[in-house]
Amino acid sequence: MQSTDAVKTLAPINIQFQNIANELPVELNTGKYTNASRENFSISLLQYFVSNIELISADGKVYTVPQDSSYFLIKQANPQTQTIQLNVPEGRYAKIKFVLGIDSIRNTKPLSQRTGVLDPSSYEGAENMYWSWNSGYIFFKMEGNKVTDNSSVAGKKFRYHIGLFGGMDKPTLNNIKLIELDLTKKGLAKVRSGSKPTIVCSADVAKMFTGNSTITIDQFGTVMGGPTSALIANNYHQMFKHQATIN
Amino acid sequence: MQNQLKVIGILLFIVTLLTAATNKLLDNYLFKVPANFPKPSYAFTNNPITKEGFELGRKLFYDPILSSDNIISCGFCHNQPAAFTHHGHDLSHGIEDRLGKRNAPPIQNLAWTNRFMWDGGVFDLDLQPIVPITSPDEMGETLPSVLKKLNASKDYPILFKNAFGVSTITTDYLMKALSQFMNGLVSSNSKYDQVIRQEGAVFTEEEAAGYKVFKSYCASCHQEPLFTNNQFANNGMPMNQNDLGRYEITLLQEDKYLFKIPSLRNIMLTAPYMHDGSINSIDDVIQHYRLNMQTTTNLDNRFLKNGQIERVPLSDVEAKNLKHFLQTLTDTIFIHNPMFSEQ
Repeated sequence: MQSTDAVKTLAPINIQFQNIANELPVELNTGKYTNASRENFSISLLQYFVSNIELISADGKVYTVPQDSSYFLIKQANPQTQTIQLNVPEGRYAKIKFVLGIDSIRNTKPLSQRTGVLDPSSYEGAENMYWSWNSGYIFFKMEGNKVTDNSSVAGKKFRYHIGLFGGMDKPTLNNIKLIELDLTKKGLAKVRSGSKPTIVCSADVAKMFTGNSTITIDQFGTVMGGPTSALIANNYHQMFKHQATIN
Repeated sequence: MQNQLKVIGILLFIVTLLTAATNKLLDNYLFKVPANFPKPSYAFTNNPITKEGFELGRKLFYDPILSSDNIISCGFCHNQPAAFTHHGHDLSHGIEDRLGKRNAPPIQNLAWTNRFMWDGGVFDLDLQPIVPITSPDEMGETLPSVLKKLNASKDYPILFKNAFGVSTITTDYLMKALSQFMNGLVSSNSKYDQVIRQEGAVFTEEEAAGYKVFKSYCASCHQEPLFTNNQFANNGMPMNQNDLGRYEITLLQEDKYLFKIPSLRNIMLTAPYMHDGSINSIDDVIQHYRLNMQTTTNLDNRFLKNGQIERVPLSDVEAKNLKHFLQTLTDTIFIHNPMFSEQ
């Protein structure tokens, strides 16, 4: 759905993502976290796509961010990417919706419509978010190590690269997750010219280890594009929470 | 009733005219839709072939700048005399003498192909080259590094400007140039084509008999005129746990051990055969279908009768004639065309 009221003036709003793991802020390499199976781990790489953002006002009007400008790659290593800056019609917003990942259609578009963070050439080294051999984007990527009692010994490496958009020919695994956050409890976002509200969301990445399925690093150290990716995606579907709105 | 038939007739006539017109629009001296071929599946409207784009694509195809060690080019594994395969090599070769797990397929008639690689994991020709360029077992490069090298080179920025009018080389235009060259690699001048198009060539008695054998036993998968139906099948090759084929893309049990059905065009030039390059000669391929096919998970229904394997019941004479027919699919004009060669 497009903007329901195009004549309204646009004003700025931020959506900020704070990555945490079990209540602790994520600090690459140095932070130590514990998952639901009491495995201690550190995180060396964390990034995920947020796309197709919609804001819903208190009176139910839906504003859809123009799709071509609605793809964002949140990178733990780059704080700037953790705040999405948008211009939306003035209003009081009570809900946001977005896709964790990249919608199926964009996964099949010609390269001319894959610019910015969607350009397969825009990723350096381990930060790659595009599968060439099974054409499609990696939606969520987290790598790190189990932390052992003896800190001088590196624990088992884990790599979770979650993608798959549902297939070109017949329906196949689809790990695209639609996220919906209600803002009414912690504060509506009041968008008006002359101010810049920020919707603060947390993303608890330790959620990927628990929920419908228990995932342990011992059992599933590397998950990329196989059937186990569905279990992880179903778990991390619950990782976002609205923390506050700074108006 | 008669009027209805008339209307249908007129409609059919219009459709035929329109198809001919669309094909005509695509035609230029670099790319012609052969008279016996269907409409291509590639979206030429987004990337029409031009002289500058085609020549740029050719230069890139033969340039090892696309690999991390600046030694391996696309043309390294895709040699024109072998219909753009790596003749004699069972598995694809890459940087530092690494080996891939599959046989390098021919590059021909890609404008009529919409699922690439042996497992069909790529659905757009413009996305295909990213696989070998970034595969650690092939060219071992990264796209940002390739673009950096190209943008810093002496020739390429000018060539891209001439071909596409752009001042910066991007993923999109790099892939468009490669696609223009690859789309230009049309093989349609085999003896078979000349017979079908009635250009004066005639099959020998043995070839004609072989064509009959082909039509009875092979044509449902290796459909004319492209000699593939662009689908996936399991043809009873031994199962290898390290290569689950199409399943690796779809994760569907029904796709386990299915591989892309390859075209039979230029088949005499592209040994060794099968996705893993494990069969060395065309005689052994025919023997595979006659005697060696195994009952494997998801063996194609065409080879099953009442749940039992039914290998292709060719007599020795039929097998010999079939080979004669397959020889008529060799396109010597294609493999000698200087426009397709490294300049």
